Amino acid sequence: MEFFDIFVSILGSAVRLSVPLLFTALAGLFSERAGVFDIGLEGKMLAAAFASACAAYVTDSAWMGLLAGIGVSIVFSLVHGFASITNRGNQIVSGVALNFIALGLTVVLGQAWFGQGGRTPQVSGEGRFTPIILPGADAMREVPIIGPLYVNVISGNNILTYIAFLMVPIAWWVLFRTRFGLRLRAVGENPGAVDTAGISVAWMRYRAVIVAGFLCGFAGTYLSVAQSAAFIHNMSAGKGYIALAALIFAKWKPVPVMLACLLFGFLDAFANFMQGKSVPLIGEVPVQIFQAMPYILTCVLLAGFIGVARAPRAGGVPYVKER
Amino acid sequence: MRPLHIRNSKGRRLSLDPSTVPAIELVGIDKKFGPVHANKNINLGVAKGTIHGIIGENGAGKSTLMSILYGFYQADQGEIRIGGRPTVIRDSQAAIAAGIGMVHQHFMLVENFTVIENITLGVEGGPLLGQSVDRARVELQRLEKEYGLEVDPDAVIEELPVGAQQRVEILKALYRGAEILILDEPTGALTPAEADHLFNVLRILRDQGKTIILITHKLREIMAITDTVSVMRRGEMVATRATAETTVEELAELMVGRRVLLRVEKGEANPGAVLLSVTNLTVKDSRGVTMVDNVSFEVKAGEIVGIAGVAGNGQSELLEAIAGIRKPTSGEILIDGQPVAGLDASRRRDLGLAHIPEDRHHMGLVLKFEEYENSILGYHRDPKYGRGALLDLDAIRADAEEKIAKYDIRPPNPRLKTANFSGGNQQKIVVAREIERDPKLLIVGQPTRGVDVGAIEFIHRRIIETRDAGKAVLLVSVELDEVRSLSDRILVMFAGRIVGEKTSDAGEQTLGLMMAGIAA
Repeated sequence: MEFFDIFVSILGSAVRLSVPLLFTALAGLFSERAGVFDIGLEGKMLAAAFASACAAYVTDSAWMGLLAGIGVSIVFSLVHGFASITNRGNQIVSGVALNFIALGLTVVLGQAWFGQGGRTPQVSGEGRFTPIILPGADAMREVPIIGPLYVNVISGNNILTYIAFLMVPIAWWVLFRTRFGLRLRAVGENPGAVDTAGISVAWMRYRAVIVAGFLCGFAGTYLSVAQSAAFIHNMSAGKGYIALAALIFAKWKPVPVMLACLLFGFLDAFANFMQGKSVPLIGEVPVQIFQAMPYILTCVLLAGFIGVARAPRAGGVPYVKER
Repeated sequence: MRPLHIRNSKGRRLSLDPSTVPAIELVGIDKKFGPVHANKNINLGVAKGTIHGIIGENGAGKSTLMSILYGFYQADQGEIRIGGRPTVIRDSQAAIAAGIGMVHQHFMLVENFTVIENITLGVEGGPLLGQSVDRARVELQRLEKEYGLEVDPDAVIEELPVGAQQRVEILKALYRGAEILILDEPTGALTPAEADHLFNVLRILRDQGKTIILITHKLREIMAITDTVSVMRRGEMVATRATAETTVEELAELMVGRRVLLRVEKGEANPGAVLLSVTNLTVKDSRGVTMVDNVSFEVKAGEIVGIAGVAGNGQSELLEAIAGIRKPTSGEILIDGQPVAGLDASRRRDLGLAHIPEDRHHMGLVLKFEEYENSILGYHRDPKYGRGALLDLDAIRADAEEKIAKYDIRPPNPRLKTANFSGGNQQKIVVAREIERDPKLLIVGQPTRGVDVGAIEFIHRRIIETRDAGKAVLLVSVELDEVRSLSDRILVMFAGRIVGEKTSDAGEQTLGLMMAGIAA
């Protein structure tokens, strides 16, 4: 059963690697379903990771870190909203600008405050979200097949991982079963219909980007005080863009978003596993090939292998009342 | 003011006595957009339980006035009174609260939502959807029964025909408790049968005591359905009449401020050589559905051949195949005796083809371009307009100014963005560009769709002049009147086939039956 053990360990790692993607893709889901393209997910995640690491270090509390991450991420969201909703600026330009700001500002502030080359000091103990062993994990260990899956994949994750997967049904419920969700989806499809129904388009979109900021705060916090124990330069490493790809791949639907994030997480985990190993019949393959897989997959999928992905119709278009 | 007494179509006597309180009253409404005076001191009263028409050319200020009523804009001056009470309408919410419902020209529906989701949007009745949707369903059934507005509440909007989408818009307004219903150009996208259905619904609504304001530039609709009518011209309300006491001619004159010929005068045709020959042409659309089915016909020099038919019966695809925009599956097209298979639109123009496309926004113009740029679109390779890769802007602008003068395009400014011209003037830009090429064969789709009366007359005259100059003209229009008054011969298309040929004096009834696929 050596093969099975390896598979389970890759799977466990896939789940952990997909968490930041999942938070971020769900953030994008709310924002884009409301008609606000958000290429700034990456920047929000990075800014949140930094804020969260700083706060966790200073207060020695992971929860304070989360709060700081969410706060900073929402501030970034509001800037994006101010530029693209209130002032009807180009949403892509605003998002890219925020990404650059986050990339630069985190290092500058990190260096100024801690003098460790842009890193933040290590946090430990209460400052981190640590793995939770679910009840019965020890007893389950000996059960064939289900046992190892329970112990290595389901159990032993930190609280943010469980929150991430819990967010999927919550996001679905909010979007498709509540008034807020109905209006949010409507504003991304035909803001004119929402406006003539007597609802403020701008306020609706602001609320959507605030939700996006909230979720990106979790993603960033996960990176710096759950997965790692400090902030390092550019630690989001393009995950915001991968999340965006997963969102499109999943056609802007919550459950497919989760599956897409798991797939990307799995590819990532597989690449890590293949490091330094040789492939049967071929021999050793440079690890970069595997690391490139998610990106190659993204290109292939987006090139049309997923059928027509219909984006929210009013996506990217600032709302102007027609004369 | 003398009291007006008129009867509605059911024979009920309506009192327009000024002493009874109108359902809605506008007093001295004034609105400026920068230098444009969109509404000048508008006064209007509409009695409860009547259908009131507001007619005017494009850009006369009708839509602005209605937008003020619906809270999209604030009037600079003036007062709105609902049921006699002065009411401030600051936004759509306030309009809804005041009992005003609006059916916009471009529907305000979320296309991938269901009917019931669209209707409840904004009045969901609670933060959770489950129960409120069930309540809405009951209320909706009542409204549907009461007003003859049947729609499947669970159908997705984008899968419904336009007529049904419009019924959803009306239901939306009624669901919000509208007592006053404003419809902006409601028949623009409807088939004649759908328009008739709409009028029946409006009559029922009126008879149940709703007040309806109908904005249109189609005189026939005003005559067919309204009880009273107001005419707007250049931002002013120039007249109000009881519909029964006025005529199409009077209204047309009031609209444009001078007499217009509604019937096109033209001499006998002198058909010459065959300039367009279509043989066994079959065209499929992008979904693979056969839209043009084994069609053959000829158009000769000096005649106008009209194709009548309800929209969607293959006329558009036929035009596109001739113009070189869509590839036919089989069959042959000869322009001036030359087979054109394999020639693109530009090569076909070189052979003497000119094309006024059906949809000027989609195919005829680039709205963000300045007027002079559009005036040479498709002919920009002509050495007259430049050498090699460079454009001779002075020559192009001089040329554009010439066309502007000749076609009375207003405002006469070749540097103005095309989107800022009214519909009629935009169409004139296209017509001028194509006809002034002096083509052998002119193919025209919907030449006067969304165009005001004055421009219609002008465009019709140009088309006839083209014929009289010995050119061949193929005309496609869903306006039966237009086909009948312009054509020398009429071909009727139904389900992709030409089901018959008639002369221009064929009766409306005969053609109508053929268009419906009932008679041949």
